[in-house]
Amino acid sequence: MPPLKRRRMRENKANRRKFLTGSAFGLGSAWIALHWPAILAAQQYAHDAMASGQRVPLQFFSAEQATEIEAVTAQIIPSDGTPGAREAHVTYFIDRVLVTFERDKQPTYEQGLRDLHSKTIELLTSAHEFSELKAEEQIRVLTAIEDSTFFEQVRVHTIMGFLSNPEYGGNYEQVGWKTIEFEESHVHAPPFGYYDAEHTKSKS
Amino acid sequence: MNQSVSSARKPAVTFRANAPVDFVVVGAGGAGAIVAKQLSTAGFQVVVLEQGPYLRESSFHHDELKFKDTYDPPFIGQETLTNIHSLQPNTFRKSDTEKAEVAAAITYGRCVGGGTVHFTANYWRFHEIDFIERSRWGSIAGTGFADWPITYAELEPYYTKAEWELGVSGLAGASPFDPPRSKPYPLPPLPIKSSGVLFERGARKLGLHPFPAPMAILSQPYHGRSSCQHCGFCEWFGCEWGAKSSTLAAVIPLAEKTGRCEIRANSYVTKIATDKRGRVTGVSYFDSHKRGQFQRAKAVVLCANGAETPRLLLLSKSNLFPQGLANSSGLVGKYLMIDQSAPAQGTFEHPLNEYKSVQVTRVAHDFYDSDPKRGFFGGGGLDGRFDWYPMGYALNGMPPDAPRWGARFKASLRENFNRTMMVLAHTTTLPVASNSISLDTEIKDAWGQAAIRVTFKGHPDDVKNLSFFRDRELELLDAAGARQKWAFPISDTTLGVHLLGTCRMGNEPKESVVDKFHRAHDVPNLFIVDGSSFVTSGRNQPTCTIQALAYRAADNIARMAKSGSIETSI
Repeated sequence: MPPLKRRRMRENKANRRKFLTGSAFGLGSAWIALHWPAILAAQQYAHDAMASGQRVPLQFFSAEQATEIEAVTAQIIPSDGTPGAREAHVTYFIDRVLVTFERDKQPTYEQGLRDLHSKTIELLTSAHEFSELKAEEQIRVLTAIEDSTFFEQVRVHTIMGFLSNPEYGGNYEQVGWKTIEFEESHVHAPPFGYYDAEHTKSKS
Repeated sequence: MNQSVSSARKPAVTFRANAPVDFVVVGAGGAGAIVAKQLSTAGFQVVVLEQGPYLRESSFHHDELKFKDTYDPPFIGQETLTNIHSLQPNTFRKSDTEKAEVAAAITYGRCVGGGTVHFTANYWRFHEIDFIERSRWGSIAGTGFADWPITYAELEPYYTKAEWELGVSGLAGASPFDPPRSKPYPLPPLPIKSSGVLFERGARKLGLHPFPAPMAILSQPYHGRSSCQHCGFCEWFGCEWGAKSSTLAAVIPLAEKTGRCEIRANSYVTKIATDKRGRVTGVSYFDSHKRGQFQRAKAVVLCANGAETPRLLLLSKSNLFPQGLANSSGLVGKYLMIDQSAPAQGTFEHPLNEYKSVQVTRVAHDFYDSDPKRGFFGGGGLDGRFDWYPMGYALNGMPPDAPRWGARFKASLRENFNRTMMVLAHTTTLPVASNSISLDTEIKDAWGQAAIRVTFKGHPDDVKNLSFFRDRELELLDAAGARQKWAFPISDTTLGVHLLGTCRMGNEPKESVVDKFHRAHDVPNLFIVDGSSFVTSGRNQPTCTIQALAYRAADNIARMAKSGSIETSI
């Protein structure tokens, strides 16, 4: 694997284009709530889409909005030697939840994105978009809005998108789970951790 | 039809729509499934009406968004296994002088198997003291603190029956505080986890007596069911292996096998009907298409939990029962006892990997009994556990000094997710009359019925007790060698689980709703068997006792029915 830092820079550059053209990522399934057969159907759809190389388009955000949101999520869970929100495709997760079970949060994002833009210009007069700022500048802007409803919502959604089941479109290829060393499996076997291993050894 | 081994199970009976049957059981949960199985085994025809869906093992997945419920903010769960607050709103207030506001005030299991599908599977018997505590301690002002009309000795055979029929893992005699038992556990304890080793280490250093947690999860194959595979998704999840001894896995198949028990899922009961003489005639319910239905029965057994049971009785008021059915005492819905908690957490030097296997492997009952020297009433048990999943941990479970976002947040998450454990106390809740389930006067559910209104404020002794236990938790984490430890704040409880006490059992019709055999004092063919029968809370691990009561009640109901001593309207 190439060093993550370099990969991240490449991704940053390609970012806008990627959102404009749909996706170069393979996505998890489209999220369909409540009905298990529907989820199975969705998984099949995602599987077919990936196999045929089709794009899964954004459903709520415009490409420009997605670029801004992705920049925010990438400061909440940065890609700093291990995968972060960006590699987990958190923006796609948020896009999905905003058209499904978190529809009522759409206004928070719409207003929040406008406020983010004004705050960016207010603090950094020469700036245009939050996503174009340097990391330190982005952290400065986010620190200024960290008590807002918008920021808290993006924070919660970023964590959800990083660590929820990949079926929802985030936690791509389980990078979130791998980053915190959570191993998803139907079967584990003892010893589970350091202390019970030590305990078992001392008993035998 | 060719029958392979796997499809050898006979299809369950389907009774002709609304034809009269012997018993209607309302609720297919921890108690209802047992009552239905016992009565159908005894030869009676039984229809079980369950408001939730009939899910199978194949529906259960490791999906935190779908299954982990609304217990913690930001309340993102989809309530797949529990009551659905968007369809069944609750309101909450601390006292009857306040206006109740819409809030997620109670959570209970809403599917075939009820709460036993998603429960952690802690399976503690009550101790002898739990039934006679009022006599030992004396009265407590402002409460309905009372002895039970039955003793531990009367219930003991049914505890044993529950443990052996359902499948419980544990080690008899491992705790010096255990009550007497007629038989050991059917299965040995589950393997110890790092949280168990550290709990044991800390407890021993403090002179306490930790022991293997009794769990309704199979440590070995049992009755044709798989043993636990340690996937770690027990609390709030259904077990995809069928290794958790839910009534869905362990009891419902036996009930259906009799050919006399129909589980009718997605059936939302709204009223219990009575005739002019005050006998129950059956129940009204909405089927899965929201069509009104009526199921006639010779007798009704209400097993709908400590919140829905009193609501249903209150909704069933009539000219003959103007205060609600079976409510001449005025105590239906009163004395609500819910689980209050104040956990503490610690982090350790090496990885615990607590996300694997069952949540709890070690318990201590040293502080079970209340002690006058503490200056207040209250007792409880401690367990070592980890009941977080990745998303919930990152949102609500991290050390208090961890930043909420950014590189240092991520570093703390990576460092601590696998190094954290919790010590949790399960403590007494006193029965206070003003703590209650009642009908909201404004809010209705999606079926047009009055919403559940919860009024609750913990008794001052409950709160002192929580604070006492929080100190014990922190001491234990310290003694176990935690490098960092912290307690969650003790705040007013606003979300109820383990809903108890709202149709209490007793010998006096003026002071209780059901008699010692769970028959409503006011209605000869109505029985109530669930957490609502509790007189006191025990130490808030109620499932084992609810199920022992269910076996005992069902045996008595069957005996009465056979001897013709249940007066019916049919």
